[in-house]
Amino acid sequence: MSKPIIATASLAGCFGCHMSILDIDDRILQLIELVEFNKSPIDDIKTFTKQCDIGIIEGGCCNSENVEVLKEFRKHCKILISLGECAIMGGLPAMRNGIPVKECLEEAYLNGPTVGLNAEKVMPNDAELPMILDKVYPLHEIVKIDYYLPGCPPRADLIWAAVVALVTGDELNIPYELVKFD
Amino acid sequence: MKDRILNIVENFEKDPGRMMDILLEVQSEFGCVSHEAVSIIASALNVSEVDVTQTRSFYHFFTCQPVGKYAVYVNNSVVSCMKGMSEVVDEFEKVTGIKFGSKTQDGLISLHYTACIGMSDQEPAALINSVVFTELNREKVRKLVADMRAGKAVQEMFTELGDGINAHPLVKSMVKNNIRKAGPVTLGEYTVGKGLMKALGMDSKAVITEVKDSNLRGRGGAGFPTGMKWDFCSRESGDHYVLCNADEGEPGTFKDRVLLTERAHMLFEGMAIAGYAIGAKEGILYLRNEYAYLKAYMESVLTELRNKNILGKNIHGKGFDFDIRVQYGAGAYVCGEESALIESAEGKRGEPRNRPPFPVQKGYKNKPTIINNVETFCSAVKIIENGSAWYKAIGTPESAGTKLLSISGDCKLPGVYEIVWGMSIKEMLDMVGAENVQAVQVAGPSGICLPPSQFDRKIALEDLPTGGSMIVIGKNRDLLKDVVLNFMEFFADESCGSCVTCRSFNMILKNSIEKIVEGHGIKKNIDEMMAWSEILRKTTRCGLGQTSSNPITTTIKNFKELYDMRVKDVEYQSEFDMSKAVKDSCEVVGRPAIIHE
Repeated sequence: MSKPIIATASLAGCFGCHMSILDIDDRILQLIELVEFNKSPIDDIKTFTKQCDIGIIEGGCCNSENVEVLKEFRKHCKILISLGECAIMGGLPAMRNGIPVKECLEEAYLNGPTVGLNAEKVMPNDAELPMILDKVYPLHEIVKIDYYLPGCPPRADLIWAAVVALVTGDELNIPYELVKFD
Repeated sequence: MKDRILNIVENFEKDPGRMMDILLEVQSEFGCVSHEAVSIIASALNVSEVDVTQTRSFYHFFTCQPVGKYAVYVNNSVVSCMKGMSEVVDEFEKVTGIKFGSKTQDGLISLHYTACIGMSDQEPAALINSVVFTELNREKVRKLVADMRAGKAVQEMFTELGDGINAHPLVKSMVKNNIRKAGPVTLGEYTVGKGLMKALGMDSKAVITEVKDSNLRGRGGAGFPTGMKWDFCSRESGDHYVLCNADEGEPGTFKDRVLLTERAHMLFEGMAIAGYAIGAKEGILYLRNEYAYLKAYMESVLTELRNKNILGKNIHGKGFDFDIRVQYGAGAYVCGEESALIESAEGKRGEPRNRPPFPVQKGYKNKPTIINNVETFCSAVKIIENGSAWYKAIGTPESAGTKLLSISGDCKLPGVYEIVWGMSIKEMLDMVGAENVQAVQVAGPSGICLPPSQFDRKIALEDLPTGGSMIVIGKNRDLLKDVVLNFMEFFADESCGSCVTCRSFNMILKNSIEKIVEGHGIKKNIDEMMAWSEILRKTTRCGLGQTSSNPITTTIKNFKELYDMRVKDVEYQSEFDMSKAVKDSCEVVGRPAIIHE
């Protein structure tokens, strides 16, 4: 039987969740025995080249490109996992939710203390650029999500336990301290 | 400004416990409680700014930014919407040129929404600088705005006065009593002072026994035996307090408004009887700010009772001292919860306390306190006057006496009815002239939505308990959109935010019902809402969170077909709309929104 295929992406996130994936340390060697990677920053494959089994996504959706990537993942992956706070709830980027997007853009490009170089008061509007959404959306509001791994970032041991359980079909055994921090 | 605020603080003896009164006066005088005002108050009271801010920020009627010279608060509760609120809102926005939630450039008019103001029998209604305007329509709105622009005093913007005490020179309100049916107890015959006179001739323990024997149970809705509450409280040592809960905030309730208007003497007399029974010298009437139009009248009744020695020192020469002050709220539904009410009366945020200890043990100022509803105190007066046996003979074995109902919605005769417990819903509907009824919302949003198949059920504590709100919903209404969604918006707004589940689940439930109403719902959402409701009910501290999911759970139970019609039988459905989501940002930066689907 061929190995299960994993794809990953970071949308409106900080790549911290991906760093946490790398924190599985030497278990990455075992991981390579267990699975094959397709579209992912881990192997730098930019577009899907085949159907995948597991998609792992960090970050919520703050622009049109995020939405398109997310929808691609849903199309290509049997199972989709929201990885971390931003994917699950919007996280830090969602702090702009509740402030009109107009005010956010004006603060960023016209009025903020660091926009001195923008003498012509231009707001980025090239057709090549992704369009900004009215707010940051958690992934499950846009496509169906099968599993959620909480944390900021989720601990490496949690990611490892979840992926191994999914791949081997073994029961998922998560110790309390992997998901609760109180 | 500083001198004036210091003056206000001085008038309340620099007592941080009177924070509500201080903030109310500052708000009324300056149109807001600004940051600067907060600093002045804090240093004058010798408390931190945060202590002031936390109270200020909790209540709807305190604002940081100045409201308009005329601050218009339109009621957006369910009955107001049924009776044409959207037209009133539309007209206000059209004539003033501003949206709700904002103020005209010249600072003259500001438009706000507010929760039920206790006028469900004469909607759509609004408060303008605390003056009530009822039965509004487009024409009246145009006239009101013209009057505001002409600088007219708010009290002069209407000509017709209401009936009874509403026309009293100290009230001068257009509010109507709409008393449709008077019964033998609260709206029956009443002679001022008779009940108290009799009580003072009895031993205080005997007064409690009389109330106990009458089987009187709390009229706010929970139905706790009144005599037992008084008994528990009287056994505690130290100063005692009598509090009256007149924070009638349950949408669709307005019966206390009528008692406060027409039976103020009776209420204060009932509080004095309770004070005598439990050994209290001080009473507080906690009155919702929406009824502040009764302020001058309330004070005059208190003065009158003091002059008649029904309140004051050595009442009727029996060595009993008792006096009452009126504490106003500032717009917070949760303050109807007794421990939140106490917090508010102490000048703090209206957040419910953990119980035990119960208020009868540690209540106002941590002293033994009884809190009863307006109607309960009024009933107690008649019980003492006529005896427990007389009272007990009225009603059903488990629900003694009469109940005031506030009936509104789709019926010919909305108003206040004093009924004998045990009346069926069907009889009630005939009484109010309601036809083609889809449902009756019993006991307000936190109660149950009753389908016609259950209209033979009885209004009684053992079957359908109610604090008095009855909203008739006609067949022409969209039950989920017009009623359930409105109720959930209300609860999401009014949660004090202290319990995590109440703060977040009410919002989630509101969003879910909205999703279903808008046609994005799926079958699974119904089960999820039931599951979340159960968690919410079990994990919150006070009655708000324990009942706020009732609009959803009781309609899922009784009107499941309305949900099934609207949800799709698919595993997942997104309500995300890319073109809507990018519209604003594309406009701001000046680029076309090109969507590739």
